[in-house]
Amino acid sequence: MHRRQFLRAAGCVTIGFTMGGPVFSYGSPVQQQLPGSLRNHPRINAWLEILDTGQVRIFTGKLELGQGIRTAIAQVAAEELDLDMQQVEVVLADTSRTPNEGYTSGSASVENSAMSVRYASAYARRKLLELAAEKWNVPIDQLHMNNGIITGPGNRSISFADLLQGRQLSDEVKLPVTLKSKEQYRWVGKPVLRDDIGRMVRGEPVYVQDLRFPGMVHARMVRPPAYGAQLRTFNEQEALKKIPGILKIVRKENFLGIITANEYEAVKAQRALQSLVTWTEGTPLPEGNVTQYIKSLPASTEKVLQKGSMDGTAPWITATYSKPYIMHASMGPSCAVAIYDKDQLHIWSHTQGVFPLRRTLSRMLNMPEEKIQITGVPGSGCYGHNGADDAAADAAVLALEYPGKHVRLQWSREEEHGWEPYGSAMIMELAAQLGPGGKISAWKYNLWSDTHSTRPAGAPQNLLAYQYMQQTPQQPERGFTAGAYRNAEPYYDIDNVTIQAHFFNGPVRVSALRGLGAYANIFAIESFMDELAAKAGTDPFTFRLMHLTDERARAVLEKLRDMIKDVPTAPGTGIGIGFSCYKNAASYCAVAALVKTNKAVTDLTVQKMWAVIDAGETINPDGLKNQTEGGMIQSASWTVQEQVRFNKQHITSVNWNSYPIFRFPQAPETEVAVIDRPNESVLGAGEAAQGPAAAAIANAVYKASGKRIRDLPLLRGQGG
Amino acid sequence: MNNALQLLVNGKMHTVQSAPDTPLLYVLRNELQLNGPKYGCGLQQCGACMVLLNGKAQPSCMLPVAAVNDQEVVTLEGLAKDTGTLHPVQAAFVEAQAAQCGYCLNGMVMSAVALLAAHPHPDDETIRNGMQQALCRCGSYSRIMKAVKIAAAAKPANAIKTDHP
Repeated sequence: MHRRQFLRAAGCVTIGFTMGGPVFSYGSPVQQQLPGSLRNHPRINAWLEILDTGQVRIFTGKLELGQGIRTAIAQVAAEELDLDMQQVEVVLADTSRTPNEGYTSGSASVENSAMSVRYASAYARRKLLELAAEKWNVPIDQLHMNNGIITGPGNRSISFADLLQGRQLSDEVKLPVTLKSKEQYRWVGKPVLRDDIGRMVRGEPVYVQDLRFPGMVHARMVRPPAYGAQLRTFNEQEALKKIPGILKIVRKENFLGIITANEYEAVKAQRALQSLVTWTEGTPLPEGNVTQYIKSLPASTEKVLQKGSMDGTAPWITATYSKPYIMHASMGPSCAVAIYDKDQLHIWSHTQGVFPLRRTLSRMLNMPEEKIQITGVPGSGCYGHNGADDAAADAAVLALEYPGKHVRLQWSREEEHGWEPYGSAMIMELAAQLGPGGKISAWKYNLWSDTHSTRPAGAPQNLLAYQYMQQTPQQPERGFTAGAYRNAEPYYDIDNVTIQAHFFNGPVRVSALRGLGAYANIFAIESFMDELAAKAGTDPFTFRLMHLTDERARAVLEKLRDMIKDVPTAPGTGIGIGFSCYKNAASYCAVAALVKTNKAVTDLTVQKMWAVIDAGETINPDGLKNQTEGGMIQSASWTVQEQVRFNKQHITSVNWNSYPIFRFPQAPETEVAVIDRPNESVLGAGEAAQGPAAAAIANAVYKASGKRIRDLPLLRGQGG
Repeated sequence: MNNALQLLVNGKMHTVQSAPDTPLLYVLRNELQLNGPKYGCGLQQCGACMVLLNGKAQPSCMLPVAAVNDQEVVTLEGLAKDTGTLHPVQAAFVEAQAAQCGYCLNGMVMSAVALLAAHPHPDDETIRNGMQQALCRCGSYSRIMKAVKIAAAAKPANAIKTDHP
């Protein structure tokens, strides 16, 4: 495949993270509110172009992260324009080509991007039919549209391209927009195959790591041995003399990178240079128990919710839970390609936000945004803010110092593990009172957390490259604090609730990891629900249902109860459940886990996991199942054994031996049931399983062993 | 320092100019422009760089190219027939949609090809143990398990071989 084809293909594969948008009613598919991204970019040709070849090219500001967004977007476009799937190509996030849709995050891509494409496509359909009606002077209701051809009375037919004659539809999408009626759907709601998987199995270029340009050179970074460590001694002449193959050494304060022609020479030069330089000690990390340490830090408190009163006299039942730092641990270490040529900087990156990254780099490099182009190309799964943006910034700095060539910067495994921003450690203190009938009458919740976002949304100090280029380290900007208390409010009907979040500035680099605070909050709430159910003398299903009036919440639990009712449990095994409505506004998900363990819980196998998920209108049921299965398995690995470890100097979880994740023998079987609600809004789903899966496993461990484990990971002493 | 080395890759003899200590992975990706084998850790821990060496699944990220000698190398690209027909394992991964980001897919497919050659009708435990060199972070294991079973059922034992004996 040629580079141009790949770059096009890199913008055009496929499906299914999340699904969202306003409600339609059956039979009158007229939409009364446009999705947010479409309001920001209202013209049809911001979202789609008709090509001479008969293809329709769709533009999305979101990036494919393995969630299948490309297929979901192609499905809704093909549906509204009555095209074959093969006639739709999708261009992913690119600052020069696509709408600015911020970050690909928060399970919001179908809600915003796919729904914008849906309405833009429906409006385009209307405009195309109007043009044909005018051309032939026939009523619009005598026209038909199929596979890119409009047909009318008297055997008349014309293709989209011939109708437009090189023009594009640039009208602003305005209400009302008539959408295709759901009874006529041929693509939406069907398990359409992702076409990128076909390319992957053939070894075609798919990832940013696969980009190759003529004359491309290779770069590696030489990183400090600790946060905040500064370059003490470095002799460039000695390095150039001793290390073969170096084209350029780039040093800016503590930023040190090398460029070579041959990739393996860069790897060897990285190692050799590391042994030729010395660094200061940097900022020491705390040793000992992390949970105790973060609790001891000064914290600023935010009142999240207060309703009812805390004056009840029933005894308080209390429990404290914790979660360690865990990492994204992407399979493919971060990578970027950059070229600085004729005053323009072009970067290819697997960042989740090409536009916010461009704004940040513009500030970091003192370059106008118009001179920077960032093209999103898929990397390996990121599950949040990993090293992608940092690698792009590294590559940008290096490319500016070596103009005219494509510079490919590849992080090592040790760099990705050791320098990515982790998901924050958290502590959750819960207290509840039980009232008449064993129902919860009051609920108190206190959580401790660092921020869950230091995305570089305009703040250069959030990028490693910028930090290295300073004489002294600067405090990163701690963005979106609400991430810590995502799902801190129980979805259950409880009259008296108080919730407080206490924010500390922790010792290690942190940012957004799949689900943000919801993972730990749901783990704590749903573990506590089982503890309360036992106190109230009811079973976990009944106890939850006693506190739920939302029919959709009840439906996922009832379906789950039905799925597992005949599963036998042998001695040493147990089944536990967990439930959440993600963000208390997105997908409903109930999970069950069957585990096998011993009394002391020194050995633990998750044998099988079940999920029932309601993501509203399902665009692609197989994509939704894939996300949910993967979410459960990933969460099981986090929950059972993951923990970022560090010593006084730096992170010590630097590879797959010192940070082991689930391998094949540990992976549970999975079974997922989808409750499709075609007449409801699409709901974000990509992060829905993480929290309930964690609680289901912890609750199953209790059933199997009698041991209630409140501090993650469940298997302490694992994880190197 | 570069030597001219002969490598038999995907049924074809190649001459590459390479330092003898260069790991096979870098030669496959940069000299032969192959995308199947991926850089994942460089430590033989994750399986992203898996290739078949004389039919056996082996990581290529630490193996010096000079040590390959006359062993036959097959990469992901070498599994499909020249006509474009997919190997049964590749076809099964498509059918089961056994990927999310797909970065691990190379290691999974190559491991499965080697596994099924040795155990044409594996039980679950044999699959789990046979595939354990390859890591997946998206949690696609249960789908990959399904794909391996589809591939095992698709063809009689002697058909689960590469095209390049």
